[in-house]
Formats: sequence, C-alpha cells, structure tokens
Amino acid sequence: MKILVPLKRVPDPDTPLRLRADRSGIDLDGAKFVINPFDAIALEEALRVKERSANVEVAVVSIGSDDAIEQLRAGLGMGADRAVLIRVATPPDSLAIAKVLAAFFQREKPDVVLMGKQAIDDDSNQAGQMLAGLLRLPQATFISRLEWTPGEPRAVCRRETDAGIETVAVRLPAVLTADLRLNEPRYVSLPGIMKAKRKPLEELAVADLGVDPTPRTTIQKLELPPKRAAGIRVKTVEDLVTHLLAARG
Amino acid sequence: MNLLIVAEISRGQLKLATGAAIGFARQVCAAGAHTFDVLLLGSDVGGLVPSVASYGASAVLIAAAPALAEPLADRYADVIAQVARERNTSVVVAAASTFSKDVLPRAAALLDAGMLSDVIGVDASAEEPVFRRVMHAGNVVATVRLAGAVKVLTVRSSAFPTPEKSSATSPAVPVTIDVAALPSGIEFISREEKGAGRPDPTEARIVVSGGRALKNAEDFERLVGGLADTLGAAVGSSRALVDAGITSNALQIGQTGKVVAPELYLAVGISGAIQHVAGMKDAKVIAAINKDPDAPIFAVADYGLVADVYEAVPQIISRLKH
Ligand SMILES: Cc1cc2nc3c(=O)[nH]c(=O)nc-3n(C[C@H](O)[C@H](O)[C@H](O)COP(=O)(O)OP(=O)(O)OC[C@H]3O[C@@H](n4cnc5c(N)ncnc54)[C@H](O)[C@@H]3O)c2cc1C
Repeated sequence: MKILVPLKRVPDPDTPLRLRADRSGIDLDGAKFVINPFDAIALEEALRVKERSANVEVAVVSIGSDDAIEQLRAGLGMGADRAVLIRVATPPDSLAIAKVLAAFFQREKPDVVLMGKQAIDDDSNQAGQMLAGLLRLPQATFISRLEWTPGEPRAVCRRETDAGIETVAVRLPAVLTADLRLNEPRYVSLPGIMKAKRKPLEELAVADLGVDPTPRTTIQKLELPPKRAAGIRVKTVEDLVTHLLAARG
Repeated sequence: MNLLIVAEISRGQLKLATGAAIGFARQVCAAGAHTFDVLLLGSDVGGLVPSVASYGASAVLIAAAPALAEPLADRYADVIAQVARERNTSVVVAAASTFSKDVLPRAAALLDAGMLSDVIGVDASAEEPVFRRVMHAGNVVATVRLAGAVKVLTVRSSAFPTPEKSSATSPAVPVTIDVAALPSGIEFISREEKGAGRPDPTEARIVVSGGRALKNAEDFERLVGGLADTLGAAVGSSRALVDAGITSNALQIGQTGKVVAPELYLAVGISGAIQHVAGMKDAKVIAAINKDPDAPIFAVADYGLVADVYEAVPQIISRLKH
C-alpha cells in the first residue's frame, strides 16, 4: 500500500509579506519557508494511517527547485519513508502541478494521493481536483475525517462544505484533499531529523516524466490592496449600539 | 467569446451568489461581442429556469437526471465539460464556494483549461481579458493573464453585483446526458447541516463573528448567537474556535474559510490575524469588541470598543431589545 503526499514550499504564514520595490513580486529575502500548512495536515494523516497498519509506504513529492529539498527533508523528518524532488525551471501553476503529478502517479501507482486543499501563497485550491480530473479518479475534497484501512477498496470521508458536513465514499485509488480539522500535524523531533538524513531522496527532471509544465497563468503585476481608512474608538456600549443601528440601516 | 455560468443549487434553491457569476458575465459581455449561457445541474431543476431566465443569457441549459441529485464532483465535472464543448464555451464561471471549488477545477482539467480562483475584477476590453485576484491571505492583489482556448474561473460574489432583470426571456434548452457513461467513483452517504435556522454568512447583510474570547460552545451561542439573533444576522467564527471544536468549520471566516462582504461585520473577541481579516475586510462597516486596545482588529475596524465581551455583549443585546 502506498500513500503519496505532495508538499509545497511556501513562505511561513506568520511572517508579514512585503512587495519588491518594482512590484514585480513578493520580497522573499530572508523569509522563512515551511511545508504548506494544509500539506502538513495531509502528511500527518498519511502517517497516522501508516502507524495503524502494516505495509504502508508514505512517499512525499515536491515540484520546484533545489530549495524544496528543505521541505522534503522536513517531511522525511515527520516520518515519510522517501522523498522525490521533481525539478522544474519556472514556477508551475495548478494545472501544471496536476499534469506533473498525474505523470508521476502513473510511475508510482499509489492507492491514495493525500494533498492539502489549498496552498496558502497563491490560495488557488485547485491542484487536487485537477489531478483527479486528469486521472479520471474519484476525489473527496476538504476532508475532515478519513476512515480507511489499507487494503479496503474504498475510503469513507467527511467533507467540510459551506452548508455543513457531507460524508462520501470514494473508490480507490482516489485523490483526497485535507481541511484543517483533519488533524494537527506533529512537530519534527530531533531523532526524526537524524533518521531523515538516511532516508532516500530522489531527484527527477520534469522532462523525465514527459510533461510540459508551462504555466497558463502569468502574473503581470502585484499591488497592495487598498487600506481601510482609520476608524474611531467608541467609549461606551451605548455609542457602539448607536453605530450598529446606523450601519444596520 | 461565449461564457458558461454554472449555477449553484442547494436543497432545490438557487444560491444567491449565482447572481454574481451572472454579473461577471454581463460585465464581460458589455465590453465586447460576447454571449453567455447559464447551466442548471441537478435532478429536478426545471422549476428554477424563471429565476435565471431574465438576465440576457443566450440559453438556460438544463442538465437534469436522477444521477445528478447530489453534486458529486466526478459526474458534475463530466457534464460541465461536455456542455462546454457542445456550446463552444471559452470561459466557464461560477461563484466561489465549496461547491464550485470542488467541481470546477476538475472540469478545467477535463477541458485542459487553466483556472483562476476568487477573481475580483476583470478587464475584458483588451483582446485577451485580464483578471484580478487576491493572493497571500489578501495581502496582495495580482493582475493575471490566463492563456488557452478555454478558461475556468470562480468569482467572489462581493465583487460582482447581481444585475437587474430584463423583460426578455432566455430559451430553456435541455442537455442530453448519457447517464450510463457518467463516472460512479464517488458515493454520497449523508449530509449534516450545521447552524440551520440562521442565515448563511456569505449571503447575510450582517455577520456577527466570535473568536477565542468565547470560552465554550454555550458562551458562543449565548453571546455571539444571541447578538446575531437580535440583529437578524448570520454567525461566523475565527479559526481558533473551529480548532477548539467550539464552532463548525462551516462558520470559519478567512483566508481558508469563507469570504464575506456584509453591510456590517461585528468581530467579538477576535484578534484580527491577517488570515481572518482576509475573509472580512470587504465588509462595508466593521465593528470590533476586544479587551486588548492593541489588538490588530482595531486597525481595520470602523468602530472599536475596548471591553470584555462577557460584559459588553449582554448589555448590547439588552439595549438592542429595548
Ligand atoms: C495557514 C493558516 C490559515 C488560517 N486561516 C484562517 C482563517 O481562514 N480564518 C481565521 O480566523 N484564522 C485563520 N488562521 C488562524 C489565524 O492566524 C489566527 O490564529 C486566528 O484567526 C486567531 O483567532 P482569534 O482571533 O479568535 O484568537 P486569538 O488570536 O487568540 O485572539 C483572541 C482575541 O480575543 C481577545 N479577548 C480574549 N478574551 C476576551 C474577552 N473576555 N473580552 C474581549 N476580548 C477578549 C484577545 O485580546 C485577543 O485579541 C489561519 C492560520 C494559518 C497558519
């Protein structure tokens, strides 16, 4: 049994972002980088499945530059068995990611792909669904509970939707995307880091997979959103109520 | 250019946000010789035709089959891709929601189309339309080009008002679906709707949201729920309360939750982290109650009250009731 978990390298959500002086992009000099938080949740879930069952392999994969090795090592430190870096020259968009992962899926043939629902840098929320579409596999997005014993032909998932919670069963192999309530990822322990150094980390060029990862989306410029005008402090509940009633119309 | 608007239907009702996707289409059509269709998907959706037929669409397409009773992504995406091909669609659009986030990217992949989520602006006067969307928890607005013969978008309902209806009526056109060919890898089991009885925060004029200041579900219900009910408002929540199991994920407002843009947003004991602010900063008026005078929420609030919510909120409720 194999679970594949894609990991994206993203700026730490706790560091405030600045734009480059020429507004061509975000100034990431000196920024700290982490595994995209939703991907860490996906990996945590894969590791929990592995801990409950025999013969489960968890592989992490990242698509990017050498920089992403840091996040792959962190994933190995959490407990993944092996890691693969797929090198691309230009930062890919969701469709390109999905195409690369689809080709990689054909090589790996995992039983489940567990992904984060959204990357917290581009906020697209697309790659998992696109991967499932390209592979014509079932999908369950925004999952907050996974009931699956490796070997079973289907997984039961609770999904978080706008209306509440939905439960679906998906036939495997399938693509699942993690929402924040699924679990809380573990911290990487020191022994984990030591062990990770001896785990396999393979590197591939995207050409090895025969995929064209040219993005369809091009960012032309970035701007800061308009700032809200400074508000006022009210002194009493009475004042606040007056303003609330006025705002209510 | 021909656009395809995927309407969102929940419990047999058209979601109001669908109007925003139609508003987007109208804006694009006003900029050039473009047309749009509206697609109704479900088991029994013919009755909804009148609610979308007066907005100037070329056609209201009806894809109805018992197999489409639940919005299962594999089936819905197949039908959307089929319709997009049959209608020569160049842009597929729906209002951003968990429904469209589940289904549209999958349809995009079937169409080999690039996609932009949460679009807040469009310049369709150029030869190739240019879009604006927010990234990084609302910290930056990106102007983006999307290449390819077919494009897929979700749009933020706060950014595109529902257009006025006209007297002309679009023809209703049934879509032929080969039900036997639809995928069947996802099986619907059940649905639990949370917070029934209160309005949906994405559709409400007023949203009262609670944060970590609320210590348990009873306090949340009494203070945040109580205040919301006196104002006829929806309730919302920060992620801190979702994490603590005090509120449902369906209430989470923010970067990774819902984006709301009501007339009035009242933040009760919420610090105002960027990830929360990303979901509510487009509210017309923001009011905040927090006992910490330095809480970041006060930087975005039009009206701020420094107070303990356990003292202030019961007083507000009683003042509003009299
Ligand atoms: C990847 C990622 C995505 C995220 N997405 C979201 C998201 O979508 N939505 C979201 O909300 N958060 C999100 N967060 C979390 C966000 O960063 C904050 O942790 C969260 O918003 C904090 O919630 P809070 O303001 O309720 O809690 P806290 O930050 O703990 O703030 C509580 C506030 O209540 C005040 N307070 C306490 N007691 C009282 C009292 N009795 N009376 C008055 N005031 C009181 C305190 O002064 C404080 O300001 C995300 C984080 C990450 C890393």
